[in-house]
Amino acid sequence: MPGVSIEHITFGYGAAPVLDDVSLDVARGEFFAFLGPSGSGKTTLLRLIAGFGRPASGGILIGERDVTREPPWSRNVGMVFQSYALWPHMSVAKNVAFGLERRKFSRAEIERRVRAVLDLVGLAALADRRPAQLSGGQQQRVALARTLVIEPDVLLLDEPLSNLDAKLRVEMRAELKALQRKLGITAIYVTHDQEEANAIADRIAVLDQGCIQQVGFPVELYDRPANRFVATFLGTANLIDGMIEPGGRFVADDFALDGVGGTPGPVCISIRPQDITVTSPDAGLAAVVTEREFLGSITRYRVRRGRHVLLVDIPHRRDGQTYAVDAKVGLMIDARQIAVLR
Amino acid sequence: MSVAQQHVAPLRFSLADRYGASPTQVAALAFVALFLIAFLIVPLGRVIFVAFTGPEGSFSLVHFGDFLRTGLLREAFWNSIYVAAMTVVLASIIAVPLATILARFRFRGAALIHTLGVVPLVMPPFVGAVAMQLVYGRNGAINLLLLDWFGFRIPFMDGLNGVIFVEALHYFPFILLNLSASLSNIDSAMEESALNLGARGFTLFSRIVFPLALPGYVAGAALVFVKVFDDLATPLLLNVTNMLAPQAYLKITSVGITDPMGYVISVIMICCSLGAMLLSALALRGRDFATLQRGGGGLTRRRLGRFGTVAASVFVVVVLAVTLSPHIGIFLLSIATVWSFAVLPDGFTLAHYATVFREAGPLISNTLLYCGLAGLIDVILGAMLAYVVLRTRLPGRRLVEQVAMSAVAVPGLVLGIGLLRTYYDVKLPFSGESLATFWFMLVIAYAVRRLPYALVAATAALQQLHVSLEEAAENLGAGKFATLTRIVVPLMTGGLLAGFVTSFATAAVELSATLMLVARASDAPIAYGIYVYMQSAAGRGPGAALGVIAVLVVSVATYLAYRVAERERGLKSRELF
Repeated sequence: MPGVSIEHITFGYGAAPVLDDVSLDVARGEFFAFLGPSGSGKTTLLRLIAGFGRPASGGILIGERDVTREPPWSRNVGMVFQSYALWPHMSVAKNVAFGLERRKFSRAEIERRVRAVLDLVGLAALADRRPAQLSGGQQQRVALARTLVIEPDVLLLDEPLSNLDAKLRVEMRAELKALQRKLGITAIYVTHDQEEANAIADRIAVLDQGCIQQVGFPVELYDRPANRFVATFLGTANLIDGMIEPGGRFVADDFALDGVGGTPGPVCISIRPQDITVTSPDAGLAAVVTEREFLGSITRYRVRRGRHVLLVDIPHRRDGQTYAVDAKVGLMIDARQIAVLR
Repeated sequence: MSVAQQHVAPLRFSLADRYGASPTQVAALAFVALFLIAFLIVPLGRVIFVAFTGPEGSFSLVHFGDFLRTGLLREAFWNSIYVAAMTVVLASIIAVPLATILARFRFRGAALIHTLGVVPLVMPPFVGAVAMQLVYGRNGAINLLLLDWFGFRIPFMDGLNGVIFVEALHYFPFILLNLSASLSNIDSAMEESALNLGARGFTLFSRIVFPLALPGYVAGAALVFVKVFDDLATPLLLNVTNMLAPQAYLKITSVGITDPMGYVISVIMICCSLGAMLLSALALRGRDFATLQRGGGGLTRRRLGRFGTVAASVFVVVVLAVTLSPHIGIFLLSIATVWSFAVLPDGFTLAHYATVFREAGPLISNTLLYCGLAGLIDVILGAMLAYVVLRTRLPGRRLVEQVAMSAVAVPGLVLGIGLLRTYYDVKLPFSGESLATFWFMLVIAYAVRRLPYALVAATAALQQLHVSLEEAAENLGAGKFATLTRIVVPLMTGGLLAGFVTSFATAAVELSATLMLVARASDAPIAYGIYVYMQSAAGRGPGAALGVIAVLVVSVATYLAYRVAERERGLKSRELF
C-alpha cells in the first residue's frame, strides 16, 4: 500500500495560484488529513492527486510511480466525493460493480467482490436498491464501498461526512477510522472541521491560501502552532504581540510574563483560554471582567488588562466560584503552556 | 525518487489544461458552429445583403425607400404592429387573471386552469383559424344566434380582429405559464416580511408582488409579440394579406425569388423581432431576481369569498369554452357534411377521414420523417453544444450557444426565404436538383428553428447531472468514452427525449418555412396539406380531418414529453443534489 509524495506543486493560472509550491509526504498506511478553510486549496490538492486537473508545475508520486501526467482512469486512486456521486440510474450493486467491470474481472469474481465489500460496510441487504432509496448514511457507505472495491492504492475522501447530521457524523468517522486501520490503506481526508481532523487523522497538513502552513500530529499542531493561522484555526487562542527581552521575559506594554524564553526580539505569543487561571485581584496580573458566557462545561470570560483583551475558560463546577462583569480579578498564566509564534 | 527536477519547467499547456477540452469536444463545437453558419447565419446574411443591394449591385437603401413609399406596405407594417400589440393585450386580459387566481387563492378549479395552459398550444393557430370562422365569423354559429335572438352581430373575426382573436387564444398560455412561474417563485417570506413591516393591500402589490412577478410577465408578453408578428399562416388562412408576413410571402411566391421587396420586409421583420426581444431584455436588466429561498413555495394562498369563487368560476369556464371552441369547431368540421350559414353542421359523415386516409398518406409519413429527423438533429446538436458549453472552457462556446438560441427570434418565413435564396443555385450531385428544393432542406429549416428547444432541454438535463458523477466514473477507471456512454447519456436520456418531442411536435405544425420550401406536393408535410385543403370550400372537410390528426399527434407528443419530464423530476427530487 504505497504512500503519496507531492513535490513542489503549483496549480492555477494568473497572479494568484490556487496552490503555490506545495510539497508533502504521506506515509504508507497513514491516515492523513488536509485541513483548511474554504478556498485554502485543500480540495484542489486532493483532486490533483486523483487526476482532475494537472499542476502547472511539480509532480505527484504514488509509491514509486510518477502519476503527474496520467489520466484519472489509470491512476488506481479511489475517491469518495463530497456529494457521494452515486449514479442514480444504477442499483447499489451496479454502482459498486462499475469499477470492477472497467477492470475486466469475470462476472463471478465481480459478484463475489461486490458482496464482500457490501458486507464490509454493512449494506449487503440493500444491494438491489437505487441510491435515491437510501438514507444519507447508507449512501455514504455505498460511495465508500464503490471506492474500496477496486482496491485503490490511495483512498481520497473529500469532506465525506459533511452531508450527514452531527450525530451520524461522529459515528461514521469512528467507523471510517476503524475500516482504514483494518485495511491498512493509505488515506487522505479533506475537511474544514478541525475537530474531525483531530479525531480521525494520524497527521494533519493545515492549508491556507494555497500554502501549507504546518504539518504535524494533531496534538503537536495544537500545542505548538507554527504561526497565527494555525494557532487560531485549531482551537481558540489569545494572540499577543510583544517583545522577548534578554532573559526570556515577554513584554507587551503593561502585560509582562516571566520565563517565556526564546531569542530576544519582537514575537507573537499564543495562550489558550484554558491555560489562564483566575484568582483574587491581589495575585497575578490585575484585570477586569468585561463579559461572561456560560457554555456548559466551561464558563468563558472576556477580561481586559490595559489595551489587551483576553479570553479565559474556567471549568464549570456546581456552586463553583464565578466572577461578575466588572469584577476585578487576577490572572495567572503558566509560561510553559505559551507558544511563541513566528 | 524526486520528480521535482523533471517538472521544474512548466508543462506545455495542452488543450486539456487550458480549456478542459478534448479534441473531440473541439470538433463537436466546430461542427455545431458550421451547421449554424451554413443554415442560419449565411441564409440570414443573404437576406440582409439582398435587401441592401441596389439595382446596380452596390449598397443601397433604395428598396427601403420603395417600402416607405408604398402605401400598402406602410399599412401592412402598422397592421402587423397593431395585431401583435393587441394580441398581447387580449392575451394578457385572459392570462393575468388566471395566473393571479392560481397563485393567490385556493381555488378548486386550479387543475382546470393548468389544463387551460396547454390545450391551446396543441393546436396550431392556422388550423384553429378556419374553425374559428365557423364559430365566431360573420355567419358563424355565435353570430347567427346573436342575430336570431338580439338582432346584432359582433365582428369577432372581421379583418385584423380575426387574427388578433385567433392568435390571442393560441398564445395566451405563454403569458400564463411565464407569469405563473414568476409568481410561484416569490417566497411567501417576501410577502410576510412586507406585511410585517406594515405594507398591505395595494402597497404590498405594487411594491413587492408586482415588481417580483414582472420579469415573467414581460418575458411571456415579448414572446407572444414576436410569435404573432412573425406568423404567416394565420393571416393567410383568414385571408388577411395586408400584414408584413403575408406581403413578404406573396412578393416572393408571386413576383419571384429575385424581387427585393420580400427581402426588405424580411429584414424589417427580423429587426422588429430582435427589437422586441431586446426591449424586453433591457426592461428586465438586473430585475430577474432569484427569489426562491430554501423551502419557499410561492405566495400564501387565501380562500376566495363566495362572490370571488363565483366570479372566478365563471371566468375560468368562459375562457375554457372559448379556448376549446376551435378544437370543437375543427372536430365538427371534420365530420360535417355541410357547415355553412348554420349554427351546427347539417349532417355528419366520416367521409373526410376516408378521403384523408386515401389521399394523405404521404403527408403524414413525410411529417413523421421530416420532423423525426429534425428532432434527432436538434437533440444531437443540442446535447453536443450543451456539453461543450457546460463542461469545457473553450473560447467561443457561449457565442455559438447564443447564435443557436437566437433562432427563436428568426421568423420561419425569413429563414425559408434565406435558405431558398442561398441554396437555390447549389445543385445536388446525380439528380441535378436544386438543394433548396430538395426535401431535406425542410428538415434543416425545422431543425434550425427548433434547436433552441432541444438546447434548453439538454442544458437543463446536463445541469442536473453533477460533474462529480462523471469524475467518479473516471476515478474508477472509465475513460472519456465509457463515461459518456455509461453515465452521461443514460442520465440525460429523459431530458433529451423531452427535447426531441418538443422539437418534433412544434415542427409538425410549422407552416411558414414549409410554405417557402415545399417544391412539390409529393414532398409536402401535413401542415402544408392542411393549408392546401383549406383553400377550397370542398377541401375544408378533409383539411379539418387532417387538422384533427395533427392535433392528436401533437397532443400525444406533448403528453409524452410532460410525462417524461415529470418522471425525471420525480427521480431527481429523491436525490441529494
